[in-house]
Amino acid sequence: MSSTSKNGSVRIGYYVCHCGHNIAANVDVAIVAKEIEKLPGVVITREYKYMCSDPGQELIQEDIKELNLNRIVVASCSPLLHEQTFRNALTHGGLNPYFLQMVNIRENVSWVHTDRELATQKAIDLSRAAVRRVAIHKALETRQVSINPDVLVVGGGISGINAALTLANAGKKVYLVERDPTIGGHMAQFDKTFPTLDCAACILTPKMSDVKNHPNITLWTYSEVVEFSGFVGSFKAKIKHKPRYIIEDLCVGCLDCIDACVYKNPKYRDEFNVGLSKRKPIYIPFPQATPQVVVVDPENCIQVKRGKCKMTCVDVCDRNAFDFTQQETFEEIQVGSVILTTGFQTFNPEKTPYYGYGKYDNVYTSLEVERIVNSAGPTGGEVLMRDGQKPKKVGIVHCVGSRDDRTNKWCSRVCCMYSLKLASLIKEHTGAEVYNFYIDMRTPGKGYEEFYDKVLKEKVHFIRGRVAEVTDWAAEKEEEGKLIIRVEDTLVGAVRRIPVDMVVLSVGIEPQTDAHDVRRLFNISCSTEGFFTERHPKLAPVETAAEGIFIAGCCQGPKDIPDSVAQSGAAASQALALIDKGVMEMEPNTAYVLEEACSGCKSCISLCPYTAITFVEERKKAEINEALCKGCGTCVAACPSSAIMQNLFEDDEIYSEIEGLLSIPQL
Amino acid sequence: MNTEINKTLQQPWKPRIVAFFCNWCTYTAADLAGVSRLKYAPSVLIIRLMCSGRVDPQFVLDAFAKGADGVLIGGCHFGDCHYIEGNHKMFRRYQMLKRMIVNMGIEPERLRLEWISASEGDKLKRVINDMNEKVQALGPLNLPGKFQEWDLEIQDMIDQNGDMPAAKEEHHV
Repeated sequence: MSSTSKNGSVRIGYYVCHCGHNIAANVDVAIVAKEIEKLPGVVITREYKYMCSDPGQELIQEDIKELNLNRIVVASCSPLLHEQTFRNALTHGGLNPYFLQMVNIRENVSWVHTDRELATQKAIDLSRAAVRRVAIHKALETRQVSINPDVLVVGGGISGINAALTLANAGKKVYLVERDPTIGGHMAQFDKTFPTLDCAACILTPKMSDVKNHPNITLWTYSEVVEFSGFVGSFKAKIKHKPRYIIEDLCVGCLDCIDACVYKNPKYRDEFNVGLSKRKPIYIPFPQATPQVVVVDPENCIQVKRGKCKMTCVDVCDRNAFDFTQQETFEEIQVGSVILTTGFQTFNPEKTPYYGYGKYDNVYTSLEVERIVNSAGPTGGEVLMRDGQKPKKVGIVHCVGSRDDRTNKWCSRVCCMYSLKLASLIKEHTGAEVYNFYIDMRTPGKGYEEFYDKVLKEKVHFIRGRVAEVTDWAAEKEEEGKLIIRVEDTLVGAVRRIPVDMVVLSVGIEPQTDAHDVRRLFNISCSTEGFFTERHPKLAPVETAAEGIFIAGCCQGPKDIPDSVAQSGAAASQALALIDKGVMEMEPNTAYVLEEACSGCKSCISLCPYTAITFVEERKKAEINEALCKGCGTCVAACPSSAIMQNLFEDDEIYSEIEGLLSIPQL
Repeated sequence: MNTEINKTLQQPWKPRIVAFFCNWCTYTAADLAGVSRLKYAPSVLIIRLMCSGRVDPQFVLDAFAKGADGVLIGGCHFGDCHYIEGNHKMFRRYQMLKRMIVNMGIEPERLRLEWISASEGDKLKRVINDMNEKVQALGPLNLPGKFQEWDLEIQDMIDQNGDMPAAKEEHHV
């Protein structure tokens, strides 16, 4: 199986990296090099401070030329980090890049072991395995797949909107799929944005209409991705369109039907105002909703439910936009890449009953207060509580569902800033005394600390300590009829009781409840909490383990609007890079059938999840379609005749690794 | 051999566990454990495969035959496999392997299959340390040594009888 070089023999170069002190501190690289030098086929061993640096790579390239090397082993960090770097070095040195084998002596050895001798021994064992393996490596050709230039963006919040617009402006065709009846996401619900206090709607809604009007964007609201398959460059997605009972192209958003509805008064929970107001069974989520199309709520509309309504709404519609016979429809599209911007949900404070949410009327979440202070909100911008009163004293409780072992451990990053913003807005609207209860103030960001300073000067009170409970149990006369916030003031060192009229819970950011379903659908991974995992926390923050699928916004982790916009721009540019190159290079790790050994038993056919294996009746042999094979190797392991092989992971290569690992008896 | 290495070899017996980790979940978890500087026993020698579905039962038997004291297989949790269901295929083979090695006289604790996702660096550490402890307690498996002993026995029989007794079992897996 081993391919021969010019002079017919295997000539291996072995390079061990110090990685500064990362490896050298725990592994005696000199001893490793000395031991490996004794192995058959090894022509040269070298140690170097940073193999991945230019001089390190040049070392390999010079040796290839001068010593006529035809196999290279690099013992350094994880192949997931630098395999491509060293493969490129081989190519530049005039060698097939697959004559490389890496040994992971950093993540798998020096960083995880403390005993230097044992770590050194392990590095030698692993290196010996690699030397044995590389000797039988074959020259392989990189596969190329072409990239469909169309992009699917899932989720129409600010991240999705920005990603879609960036791509569309670059001339790419974008499908933007949003499951709600309108795009805009959480940002549309916010009143003002920190630290500049410009109005969220004023900066968001023009972008929403741009999306609707852009010739390169196909906007599908009230739709969901239900099936997804394929691989980078040619994905297939099945989109479900939920029935709105309105023909979208005909409706002009005059809203006459809403006035005409047989329900004279709004009766049902208004999701956009987080339940603080009511809506009718036919509604538009908010005045600037995009598209400007009403939607019928199938659970409450009498016509949809029972088919026995006077349908006064239909009578007033002079566009004939109603269609109560609408059903779910499905559409299949083909795209080359995907950007997931599926967003977040806010923490449900019913999980922290000691803060009284749901028990006391005047305990609100921050999202509810965003709606209350908004001039288009349920109270028309007047800060009125559920009892119609204006609060005189307001307490804002930070870190509800954040930085807490009992709920979510992570910092939600935005709460300190939006709490400051709400404090400032409430004070401006009502002149009330506002108290902020915080653990630490976290205001990193351009202009953020300055904003904190401004709010401090507005005489908002700050009490450092995690709130223990919110109660209506009055200990003194002046506490009666108030909500009392009990907190240990850690700066004073005393437990305090602060009576207030209104409590605002600064709820944290959580992954969407169905984040795991989305992750499975798109075959990416997520952290234990449910935020989608990027390929590398620093160097590949918008890529995922699945090629061609990018992530941006809060589905990746808590972040504010500027960061979401920056990240979605990055995701769009990564997709553009892929599209403009036109092709993607794939690992040549596909499986292939040795026909003479194939007995035609068909065991492999059903094993392949990609239907890459077919049975050729004329020859009674299995055949693998290289374009469909993704290189998992399941069929290779299962073939009873050992007739299936896998490039890069040949049986012989694995056996030689096992042999190399264990060849020195340890007794 | 270098004196320092000789010293290593004179240390008390330490098990050697060959690990087959899938590229997407468990190998990445090992990288994460490294980046997080978690500390675990140096007995585990990792071989990277694209999927746990690539683990041929023969690999496991070969590792034991060549002197491994334990074999650890790591893959993605059910439903998380990068290749949809390769881990299910591995799970099936694992059940078979487990029965096989017990029949061969190898303690079942020497073979272990674990689902460790890319974010579970701490689970990787726990599993490796736990397995290391169990295999350490079982002591060396030393199949290569046993093969040699059996070869000698067979040679003795041949020397005494001038021929091989019938139905000698094949010992090379």
